[in-house]
Amino acid sequence: MSSYVFKLYIAGTTPNSQAAVANLQHICQEHLGTAYELTIIDVLQHPQLAEEAKILATPTLVKESPVPIRWIIGDLSEKRAVLAALGLPFRTTSEK
Amino acid sequence: MSTLSAIKKLPTGIAGFDQITAGGLPEQRTTLLAGTAGSGKTVMAAQFLAEGIRQFGEPGVFVTFEETPQDIRQNLLSLNWQVNTWEAQNQWVFVDASPTHNGEVIAGAYDLDAFLARVAHAVQKVQARRVAMDSLGAIFVRLPDPLTIRTELLRIASALKQMGVTAVMTAERDEEYGHITRHRVEEFVADNVIILRNVPEEEKRRRTIEILKFRGAFHQKGEYPFTIIPNQGIVLIPLSAIELKQRSSNKRISSGNMMLDAMCDGGFFRDSIILVSGATGTGKTLMVTEFTARNIGAEERCLLFAFEESREQLFRNASGWGIDFEQMEAEGKLKVVCEYPEVTSLETRLIEMKTIIQEFKPTRVAVDSLSALERVGTMRSFREFVISLTSYIKHQEITGLFTSTTPSLMGGTSVTEAHISTLTDSIILLRYVEMHGEMRRGITVLKMRGSQHDKEIREFTIDQQGMHIGNPFRNVVGILSGQPIQVDPHELEPPTHINKNANLPRHQQL
Repeated sequence: MSSYVFKLYIAGTTPNSQAAVANLQHICQEHLGTAYELTIIDVLQHPQLAEEAKILATPTLVKESPVPIRWIIGDLSEKRAVLAALGLPFRTTSEK
Repeated sequence: MSTLSAIKKLPTGIAGFDQITAGGLPEQRTTLLAGTAGSGKTVMAAQFLAEGIRQFGEPGVFVTFEETPQDIRQNLLSLNWQVNTWEAQNQWVFVDASPTHNGEVIAGAYDLDAFLARVAHAVQKVQARRVAMDSLGAIFVRLPDPLTIRTELLRIASALKQMGVTAVMTAERDEEYGHITRHRVEEFVADNVIILRNVPEEEKRRRTIEILKFRGAFHQKGEYPFTIIPNQGIVLIPLSAIELKQRSSNKRISSGNMMLDAMCDGGFFRDSIILVSGATGTGKTLMVTEFTARNIGAEERCLLFAFEESREQLFRNASGWGIDFEQMEAEGKLKVVCEYPEVTSLETRLIEMKTIIQEFKPTRVAVDSLSALERVGTMRSFREFVISLTSYIKHQEITGLFTSTTPSLMGGTSVTEAHISTLTDSIILLRYVEMHGEMRRGITVLKMRGSQHDKEIREFTIDQQGMHIGNPFRNVVGILSGQPIQVDPHELEPPTHINKNANLPRHQQL
């Protein structure tokens, strides 16, 4: 079983940031159970980390593992795009 | 009632720029630098920081959206700017927003808070006073949501203002004359807009800079030519910014020829520009040689720019007239600079000549010939070159002697004269005169500002001692138009003409 490693860059408590955290947690619960590791980084508190990771937009989700590394920009509300980028199958509610 | 203070300017330190902007960039504001590819946007953005560090001890932040910091360090090395040294001294810091991620996906609403936090962090880290962002176009390609980006840019500009920094942002243009920028960013950060151009003109490129607007602040209007040279970067060539406040001196210096001095009522004025016009072989180089070598004061130093002849030719000519240039150079009284006119553009040539003048500190400068430079640039560049050079020389209270070669052997004028004649204080014409089946030479002082002068056309000869000016041509008319005609002396008697020396002051009558 592959283990997912995520870093989510957010900016304080903006609506976009809060939405991204909620959306990500929802997707993970639905698709990954507990097989993932998530670090949330507030760029306002740690701008140096954003600099090192060269993050431009917030929120940005970085899937560090498994490879390939992916950068997903936005509040993750477009679920289909998020799942595709993560390499997870998109299931409709009826299939579930 | 609160009092509003006028917008302050931050001197950039970019040569010539602070003059045309009347003090620099609007302080604590963002200025848009728009230009086509290769117009010098990145150089100017980097120079804004470089001069801040070099001249004012003001650290800066360079935000790069397009090239990597490593590329920029390398590119600026070609201008001799050691960015890595400045980085080590905490005077320059990069924010790397260049596209490094390949697998980027957009999945929902976003903003540029992370970017803003990074810029703020960098500003704080080095206590920056200046920020340069280069170039905005790349971010529009990367984040395909122009509306969000424009709103975010506006937010960034106002955040920069709150940080108390003065910023420049570069943006691409598609054409030299058209929309200000490709992505219409000017609608968002448009208080201050500068346009850089690199326009092809008569098969030559001409760089110009224009202050399109500075909201609420004064600036010069129109396009100003500039050039980019190592060590200095962008150097503007101000034209209208040069004030016409040269002091006029009544001190006279010798032209190098006693007889010509007499024709000029005692010599040239010390801070005047003299144009010598004549066809090839009429004796212009001889006049230049005598001007730089004969009757030179003990404290005087002469600088000769030669664009038509090689050093060897010049030195040989001079020794043929009994003048030892080599000896003079050894004594430090003379410097001869020989170059092909085509070696460099007029803009760069001007800066180089100014630098040499600054270093050598001459009291006399001769250019032989000015018309040789005519073909190097466009008419407009040439005119700007002449204006700028003459005003610089006058400003330094140096005597300038320029020669101009007329295209036709007999009479005629050249383009050079059309551009320079109003800028010069004196004009001396050298002309061939065909008489009795032989070519003779004539000289006349056509104009001399602020002084009486001989109005005659006099004959002169050239031998091993140099130029010998003799008597006026009598019973010849039409010399200046190139069609000398001999006439009966009786037809020439002017009604009131009694003394042929009437035009000369009494003590100098010939």
